[in-house]
Amino acid sequence: MTTAAAEVTARSIRRIALSHRLSRWDVRFSPYLYISPFFLLFGLVGLFPLLYTAWVSVHDWNLIGGQGDFVGLENFATVLGQPYFWTSLRNTFSIFLLSSIPQVIAAIAIAAVLDFNLRGKTFWRMGVLLPYVVAPVAVALIFNDLFGDRYGLINSGIMSLGLEPIRWHVDVLPSHIAIATMVNFRWTGYNALIFLAAMQAVPRDYYEAAIIDGANRLRTFWSITVPLLRPIIIFVILTSTIGGLQIFDEARMFDNVGQGGANRQWQTLTLYIYELGWGQRNFGRASAVAWLLFLIIIVIAIINFMITRRIAGSADRKLRTRAKGIS
Amino acid sequence: MSKTIIGGHDRRPGIWVYGILIAVLLGSAFPIWWSFLIGSQDASALNKNGMMWIPGGNFIANAATVIDSIPFWNALGNSIIVSSAVSLSVVVFSTLAGYAFAKLKFRGREGLLIFVIATMAVPTQLGIVPLFIIMARLGWTGSLWAVIAPAMVTAFGVFWMTQYLRDALPDELIEAVRMDGASMIRSFWHIGLPAARPAAAMLALFTFIGTWTNFFWPFIVLGPGNPTLPVALQQLQAAFYVDYSLVLAGVVLSIIPLILVFVVLGKQLVAGIMQGAVKG
Repeated sequence: MTTAAAEVTARSIRRIALSHRLSRWDVRFSPYLYISPFFLLFGLVGLFPLLYTAWVSVHDWNLIGGQGDFVGLENFATVLGQPYFWTSLRNTFSIFLLSSIPQVIAAIAIAAVLDFNLRGKTFWRMGVLLPYVVAPVAVALIFNDLFGDRYGLINSGIMSLGLEPIRWHVDVLPSHIAIATMVNFRWTGYNALIFLAAMQAVPRDYYEAAIIDGANRLRTFWSITVPLLRPIIIFVILTSTIGGLQIFDEARMFDNVGQGGANRQWQTLTLYIYELGWGQRNFGRASAVAWLLFLIIIVIAIINFMITRRIAGSADRKLRTRAKGIS
Repeated sequence: MSKTIIGGHDRRPGIWVYGILIAVLLGSAFPIWWSFLIGSQDASALNKNGMMWIPGGNFIANAATVIDSIPFWNALGNSIIVSSAVSLSVVVFSTLAGYAFAKLKFRGREGLLIFVIATMAVPTQLGIVPLFIIMARLGWTGSLWAVIAPAMVTAFGVFWMTQYLRDALPDELIEAVRMDGASMIRSFWHIGLPAARPAAAMLALFTFIGTWTNFFWPFIVLGPGNPTLPVALQQLQAAFYVDYSLVLAGVVLSIIPLILVFVVLGKQLVAGIMQGAVKG
């Protein structure tokens, strides 16, 4: 009896010890297990392809034939010697500036209007967000028609004023404006809601104090709302830089050929990458351009970050000293 | 919440404010209206009479032509499959990771979270050439897997769920379940997942819209044989460039699903964007 009982206890002790150890492992390794899918996937389809692009870019590499000889920097030299690369670079920046700057300004203005104590808040907010659910490809097709060179609504309007119609699909700047309009149409309302949220987080006392000091509404907007919005503005500008420099959909859809116009008037760098890689089947050169664009984006992001942080820093300090003065 | 809602302007605004808002609203609704206006016309009538300001009676006929000339049903089905699969997977993996980052203690937690956030700034789209090579090796080009697999979990999703669970889920609750002897995965299942539900629904919604409207990668890897809706729209444009009533009828067909989603869930979308802005 006693030996049997002792055996049972020994066994259960062993079992408890085992489950104890298992549960320690559980506590220790589960967190890593839970976060691992992201890191695995990012490594496989994010980081690795990005780095491997550098490897492809120093080889002859055909879409069908695959890897060829090592050619050093030849692909880069060829690409940098081609006028289309420089046109694409110019177009990318032009379209990016035409979309990001007006967009941020318009979004802040719309947010300021939405920040009033409105009747039917939700209705207006939903209204500005509506374009967000329309795919860029669909947006592009709609605006293509509106910006039609001959029968488009916009040119009809211009002609009814007795002016010359604009050749949206021929001239450089007009085509950029049309494409930027598509981008702005889709994202302005979305960004306005982000700014609105930030505006509503501004403590009310700031405004009250300023109004007691005799500031009018415009003044309070400029010296309280805008400085406090700076971190959010930085965020929006950074994300729109990374996205804006990779613009593809709208430019691809601006005509039915998809090469960015007869003289590449609106060809962007991603469109150029596509033409090299899948049009000419030259993966080596496509990778060279991708890698160059990657470097450009990094440099711009860093410059962007430094400038905005400096501005934000000084504005923040100013505001803080002012707030101290108030209290 | 009640405190932050008041904002800077207490008084009811004047009529001009509503004037501006109506103008903005027209700007966002007009192009969509326009697509229906043109998409419902008869092409020859459009050429003869010029501009028309009321919808014509030809939408059904145009839509039928569109459905016949591009693989519309296939594309619609593909878009539904891809968007649903990606949303489900993003939600599951992001919630798991967000739960770990927000509520579990492990070495390197802070550093790894910062790494996740930093990856949001990496333009991974520029890795398309090798990504295409990988997909070709796997034999996945033209298959929906090529679109689903790379999107199965996102840095934004992980960050979003981490932010939410940090505030929404009290540590004591997890400790209590753990004291009762629940394993890690059981405590996630019974405590973490239910608490995460509101943010998970929001994440699913945004992921669905993002995937549905995505063009670049599906266009490259799927090709015309097995398209999603945006890719099919590109085919439609190539086929009927001159006949805009057909192209825009196709546009209307393709945007109806998300417009319906917007009508039902638009309020939640607005709330989601505004929450994300304040927390992020």
